[in-house]
Amino acid sequence: MIIFLSCIILFLIGLYAIVTKRNLIKIVIGFAFIEYAINLLFALIGFRQGMLAPIITQVDMPHRFVDPIPQALVLTAIVIALGTTALMLSVVLRIYNRYKTFDIAEIRKLKG
Amino acid sequence: MTFIPLFFVLPLAAAFIIPILGKIAKSLIWIFVTLVSFALFIIALYGVAVTQQVPMLVYKMGNWPPPLGIVMAFDSLSAFMTLVISILVFAGGVFSLRYMSHYTGQWKFYTLYMLITAGMMGIAITGDLFNMFVFLEIAAISSYALVAFGVDAEELEASFKYMVMGEVGGLTFLLAIALLYAKTSTLNLADISNSLQIIGQTPFFWMVLGMMLFAFSIKAAFVPFHSWLPDAHPAAPAPISSLLSGIFIKVLGMYTIARLVFNVFGLSRANAPVFFNVLIGIGLLSIAFAGVTALSQKDYKRLLGYSSVSQVGYIMLGLGIGNYYGVAGAIFYILAHALGKGLLFLTSGSVVYATGTRDITKLAGLGEKMSTTAWSFRFGELSLIGIPPLVGFFAKYYIVLGALKIGFWWLAVVAIALSVLTLGYLLKIENNVFMKKGKAQAKKAPFTMRVAMVLLVVLIVLLGIGFQQVVDFLVGPAAHALLRGVEYANLVFGSVALGF
Amino acid sequence: MKGMSLIVKTITTVIIGFIFIYGIYIILHGHLTPGGGFAGGVIIAGALILRILAFGTEAGSEKKSEKGASIFESIGALLFIGIALAGLFLAGTFFLNFIPKGIPLQLWSAGIIPFCNIAIGIKVGAGLFSIFLALAAVKYVMED
Repeated sequence: MIIFLSCIILFLIGLYAIVTKRNLIKIVIGFAFIEYAINLLFALIGFRQGMLAPIITQVDMPHRFVDPIPQALVLTAIVIALGTTALMLSVVLRIYNRYKTFDIAEIRKLKG
Repeated sequence: MTFIPLFFVLPLAAAFIIPILGKIAKSLIWIFVTLVSFALFIIALYGVAVTQQVPMLVYKMGNWPPPLGIVMAFDSLSAFMTLVISILVFAGGVFSLRYMSHYTGQWKFYTLYMLITAGMMGIAITGDLFNMFVFLEIAAISSYALVAFGVDAEELEASFKYMVMGEVGGLTFLLAIALLYAKTSTLNLADISNSLQIIGQTPFFWMVLGMMLFAFSIKAAFVPFHSWLPDAHPAAPAPISSLLSGIFIKVLGMYTIARLVFNVFGLSRANAPVFFNVLIGIGLLSIAFAGVTALSQKDYKRLLGYSSVSQVGYIMLGLGIGNYYGVAGAIFYILAHALGKGLLFLTSGSVVYATGTRDITKLAGLGEKMSTTAWSFRFGELSLIGIPPLVGFFAKYYIVLGALKIGFWWLAVVAIALSVLTLGYLLKIENNVFMKKGKAQAKKAPFTMRVAMVLLVVLIVLLGIGFQQVVDFLVGPAAHALLRGVEYANLVFGSVALGF
Repeated sequence: MKGMSLIVKTITTVIIGFIFIYGIYIILHGHLTPGGGFAGGVIIAGALILRILAFGTEAGSEKKSEKGASIFESIGALLFIGIALAGLFLAGTFFLNFIPKGIPLQLWSAGIIPFCNIAIGIKVGAGLFSIFLALAAVKYVMED
């Protein structure tokens, strides 16, 4: 239970960073926190008490494994998060090139 | 039955062949993209024809049966969505030949264009929850890159804002999937549906539904969460704006909400009336707020963006009404708005290509100089306002009829009254741009751009005149597919057992 | 960007081959040990990035690297789709595991999984390398 609570706290820290910070890079780091928290939650959901990691090392092993599906989902989610973070960072770099600042309060050419 | 994976395999393979083609023969890229989108259209027509006889086709990936493997569950609603997607993708692709000549790096544009198509097609046909998330992220990331395509300052800012809001939505959806998996231990939509019927409408049920509704409301731009759309849709190149407003916000927002609310969570107006009234409320808020804001805009595409937010509210209204006429009206409205708004954004692209500005106070007197564009705009405008016999009228008519049938006569009156807002802001463009006499410098739009616009005009007129056939063959079966509710799960497992 | 000192350059020339081979080992044994296509691809990308970081961009080889990365990325993706479609054409269902599965726990077992891992490894390696080139090595971005 404590571990799930720590996942939620990590999620809230990331959400706080996205909502309140003014520097663009800190917003991207906030997204990284949220993704860590969700992946951690996913991996913890598959845990079963007293079982082994889901790797078959001998041919006739008793199949007492933790749930392997969340681990596959976490792998996919990490790759997607990688793509999103890379795209976000390249947009942030180009914004710096145009606006000469990372401060989100100065980047407001669009209004209405 | 093996045509089902082709819906996303063809665009995906095309997306990765295009960089190689870009190094060998640049001029072949556009022909290739047009051929692939036309092939998708033919396959979608075939899919519609097949689902007239068989209500649900299930395709097992790698031959693994459903709770173990990923399945594609193709019913009438999926067939309808793939048809609309393929029409808009084809029109946008034909339009892009001349329009994108102002931008650099065109092969990158076409790669992203095929990727966004693959993502949207995948969402429409999948029967597995995490697979839906993966395709949703593919489409979303491609759309973020496409909005930022011409790298001006405004476009980058719009894309960053869109990216942050869109990703918060996507991550909330992932969190909801994690919680749902913890409770039901399966990812297959049909299996989750069965488990949720056993669990019942507990607070956990409503929390997960609320999180998913929040995530998809951001993607579909309902009113408290719409603020990315008026910045992102004008900043994108015109064929992408027409794709985004026309079909993207509907596949990622409305189709997923409809599929989850009706088929997976098994709600209907009979067993959750309060929830459906909340949906009606969200719809009305979107129509009113965005409609009023659209009246004061001076930028052509920004006005159309607010109009999109407003019209998506009509679809939510139809879904919230919840009976056959309401849901059929909502689905018909998806088709009508896709054709109408897609056409309007293509006309905006044609105006921008010819004159270089989007400010309607500076554009005047284009009515004589760009006659095809002006007439296409008029047809799209009349369809969205709801003038018979164009297709938009019948969509609104079904929604109003649905409201009357559940006894919400005040809702019918309000829905018709709010159409006046649509009239107001579209007439603003019509008057200032196409009717006034003026001296704006313009030349006629190139041939392929005019072909794309005329194609959509022809579809608006034909589908309006033949609306009864459209309802019988396309919209009616799709509405029945939604209203079936939890029968969806039985059909999926039944189809698997029978072998198709 | 400038390269690093002479010690780093010497060690890099020695060690890049080992990192590359380690990455290939992780990819090929993806069905037996943890790792597989994605993790091995990241390690291969690490080897390529190390070369650019250590020697700097004065050697002027990023254009070739960029083109090469783009082509390898497309090849990896098309290989993956080709394997899936081969399942469709040769055996009837999309993505079917149609290669004989062999004896468990040998290197040559588990059907199409090693080939899929190789395709993913190529794609991820090339993709991460081109992300690095776009963000850090090509000169136009941070001009001031």
